[in-house]
Amino acid sequence: MALVKLTIDGLPVEVEAGTTILRAAEKLGIHIPTLCYLEDIHEFGACRVCVVEVEGARTLQAACVTPVREGMVVRTNTPAVRRARMTTVELILSDHHTECPTCVRNLNCELQSLAESMGIRENRFAGARTVNPVDSSSAAIVRDPNKCILCRRCVSICEKVQGVKAIGPVGRGFETVIGPAFGDQLGDTVCVNCGQCILVCPTGALYERDSTEEVWAALADPDRHVVFQTAPATRVALGETYGLPPGSIVTGKMVAAIRRLGADTVFDTDFAADLTIMEEGHELIQRLTKGGTLPMITSCSPGWIKFIEHFYPDLLPNLSTCKSPQQMFGAVIKTYYAEKVGLDPAKIYHVSVMPCTAKKFECKRPEMRDSGLVDVDAALTTRELGRMLKEAGIVFDELPEEPYDDPLGESTGAAVIFGATGGVMEAALRTAYEVVTKKTLPRVEFEAVRGLEGVKEASVDLDGTEVRVAVAHGLANAKKVLDKVRAGEGDWHFIEIMACPGGCIGGGGQPIPTNLEVRQKRIEGIYTADERMTIRKSHENPSIIALYKEFLGEPLGHKSHELLHTTYTPRGSYLPRREKAAD
Amino acid sequence: MTGADALCSEAARPKIVPGEPLPEDVAETIDRIVDRYDAEPGSLINILHEIQEDVGYLPEEVLSRVAERLGVPVVDVHGVVSFYALFSMKPKGRNRIATCNGTACYVRGAQRVLERLESELGVKAGDTTDDGEFSLDVVRCLGACGLGPVVMINDDVHARLKPDRVPAVLARYRRSG
Repeated sequence: MALVKLTIDGLPVEVEAGTTILRAAEKLGIHIPTLCYLEDIHEFGACRVCVVEVEGARTLQAACVTPVREGMVVRTNTPAVRRARMTTVELILSDHHTECPTCVRNLNCELQSLAESMGIRENRFAGARTVNPVDSSSAAIVRDPNKCILCRRCVSICEKVQGVKAIGPVGRGFETVIGPAFGDQLGDTVCVNCGQCILVCPTGALYERDSTEEVWAALADPDRHVVFQTAPATRVALGETYGLPPGSIVTGKMVAAIRRLGADTVFDTDFAADLTIMEEGHELIQRLTKGGTLPMITSCSPGWIKFIEHFYPDLLPNLSTCKSPQQMFGAVIKTYYAEKVGLDPAKIYHVSVMPCTAKKFECKRPEMRDSGLVDVDAALTTRELGRMLKEAGIVFDELPEEPYDDPLGESTGAAVIFGATGGVMEAALRTAYEVVTKKTLPRVEFEAVRGLEGVKEASVDLDGTEVRVAVAHGLANAKKVLDKVRAGEGDWHFIEIMACPGGCIGGGGQPIPTNLEVRQKRIEGIYTADERMTIRKSHENPSIIALYKEFLGEPLGHKSHELLHTTYTPRGSYLPRREKAAD
Repeated sequence: MTGADALCSEAARPKIVPGEPLPEDVAETIDRIVDRYDAEPGSLINILHEIQEDVGYLPEEVLSRVAERLGVPVVDVHGVVSFYALFSMKPKGRNRIATCNGTACYVRGAQRVLERLESELGVKAGDTTDDGEFSLDVVRCLGACGLGPVVMINDDVHARLKPDRVPAVLARYRRSG
C-alpha cells in the first residue's frame, strides 16, 4: 500500500493512501470532534462538525470523509475552523429539544459534551423548531424526534448492520424526520426491537421504554414477592454505569445491589441458560438422530426471533422450539419455585435484568403465559438497573459481593458464555458431546466459535458423527447464513444466531458507549467468568439435575413442552396498510 | 392527456381506500410498470413517475406494493416520494391550481397571491381541499414572466393576478349550487 506524507497542525505524518484526515490526525494524537461519524458504518460527512482547513481548498473540508493527499497541509484548530464548528453545533441546538437535566442521556450525550467542549454559552439562533409527537408505541423503544439531530446513524445501523431498515429519512430539508414510512408508529413496523439504534444515537432521541416505575411499585408493595433474574451479559457491563472499565466482572456486587433495592429473591438467568442447553441440546440430538428440520437454529435472542418472523418466515421450522432463558425462567419461577417455597404464584412479581431491549417485547408476547400468569412481569435493561441503583443512592464500590439465592442461582461456565457470540453454540456442544459420546470432553473450550468475525463455522466430531455448525451475530450477518440455508447450501446441522453484534454483551440495553473496543472487553470478561466457574457444563449443574428429578422429568418431556417450549408467528415484511386514526 | 380527459378518467377511476386492498386494476398497473423495469430497485424514480401518471397520485397502499415488488424497505420508497416535490401522495383536485413563484412573479407579489389562495382554500401549497375540488401547487416558472404574477387553473392562464381578485376567480371554478 502506497504511503502518503502530509502535515497536520505543522506536524508531519505518514499514512496509507486512502486514509481520511480524521484517522491521520488520530495517529498524531490530534482529536477532531465528530458527531455523525461512526467508524466503518456511517461515514457521510453530514454534520460538518469535523471540518478542517486544507491549504488550497476553497472551503473547509469534512475530515471524516476527506482522504489525505501527498503534501497536504491541514489545520484543525484555526479561528475559522472553530467558528464554523461552533456555528454548526449552535444551529443543531437551535432545533433541538434541549431539556438536558431531565433527559435520559444527561451527562452521557454527544451533543451535550460537544457543546460543552466548544464553550457554547448562549444560543444565538432562536428560529423555528420542528415539533413532532414522541412515539412510544413500541414495547421496547421510544423515539423522540424532537431530540433527533438527523445524523442518520440509527438508519445506517438498522440498514447495514441489522438488515432491517424500519426507519429512514422521510421528507425534505427542515421537515425531515427520521422514522418509519408514512408516519407509522415504530411498534407497527418490522422493527425487531434490537435497540442497536439506541446505542449509536448521539442524543436522547432513541431510548428504551421505561420499566423502572412499575418495578419500583412492585418493590414497594408488601404483598408482592419480587424475584429478579440477571442475564449473563449484565455482569460484565453494569459496572460501566458506575464508571468501572468495560468488562469488569461485578456479579456479586450486582446481586448485593439488587437486594438493597428491596428484591426478595435474586436468581441468575444463567440457571435458565443451563436449562436451555438441556432442552436445546436434546432437541438437536433428537433432530439429528430421529429426523427433524435441519439445520436447527437457536432461539434465545428475541430480536432475532422477530427478524425471522418478518423476513424469513419460511425458515421458522428450523428454529429451535426452546424459549429463551428469560422466558424459561419466568415459567419455572411461577410454577416449580412457587410450589417449592409455598408461594402463591399470583403474588410473585418477576423482573429480569437484560442487556436487551427486545426482551421487553418478548415478555409481553401473548404466548409467554405458560405458568397461567404473565411469566416475566418486567424486563429492565442493564442501563435501567444502573439508573435504579443511583436513584436508590447505592454506592456500588462499597457494596460487598453476595451470592445468588438458592436453588435457582446455581449455574455453570456454559451458561455465562451465553453472553458472547458463539457462547450458546459452545455450551450446547459441551453438553451434546458428552451426552452423545458418553465420554468426558478432553477440553471444554471450542475456540473456533469464539470471536467477533461476522460468520464463524466449525465442525465437531461426536464419536464418528460430524456436526457442522455456524455462528452469526448482527442480523445482516444472519442474512448471509439464512440465504444459504434457503438456497440449500451451507450444509450445517446447527446454527447460532444473535441479533446484536458481539452477542448479548453488545445488546441494545447495555451501557452507552457500546463500541467495538467495549464489546471486546466485555467478551474477555465473559470468558474469564467461565474459567472461574467450578462447573462448566450445563448438564452437570446440580440444581438443574434436581429440577428434572423433582419437577420436569426429562428434557423434552411433557412438562418441558408445556413450560419451556413455544411457537412462532409468521409476520411478513410488507405489512398491510391500516387505516390510521385521524390526527 | 388534456385537462378534460383527466377529468373524465378520474371519475371512472376506482377509488383507493386507505386500509383496504388495492383495486385490481391499480395493482395490475403497478405490476405492469414494475415488470417493464425488471423490478430493478435502481429504477424506483422512473417507476414512481409512471405510476403517478397513470394512477394520478401515490398513496401509501401504492407505495407499499411498489416496495414489495422491488424488494426494498417501505421507508426507502416513502423517503424518495416525500423528498421530490413532483410526487404527490394525495389525489389532485378536480381543479388544479399552479401558482408561479419564479423570480419575475415573485418580485411582483406572487407570495401574497399564494397566501390568499391558501387562506381561501384552507390548504397549504402541495395539498388538496377535503372536498377534492382544488389542489394547490407552487411551480417555478410558467414561461409567462411578463404577465406575472401568473396562476394557472387547469388550462386557463390568469395573468397579473391580484390577491383581492382570488375569491372571484375561484368562484368561477366551483360547482354551482
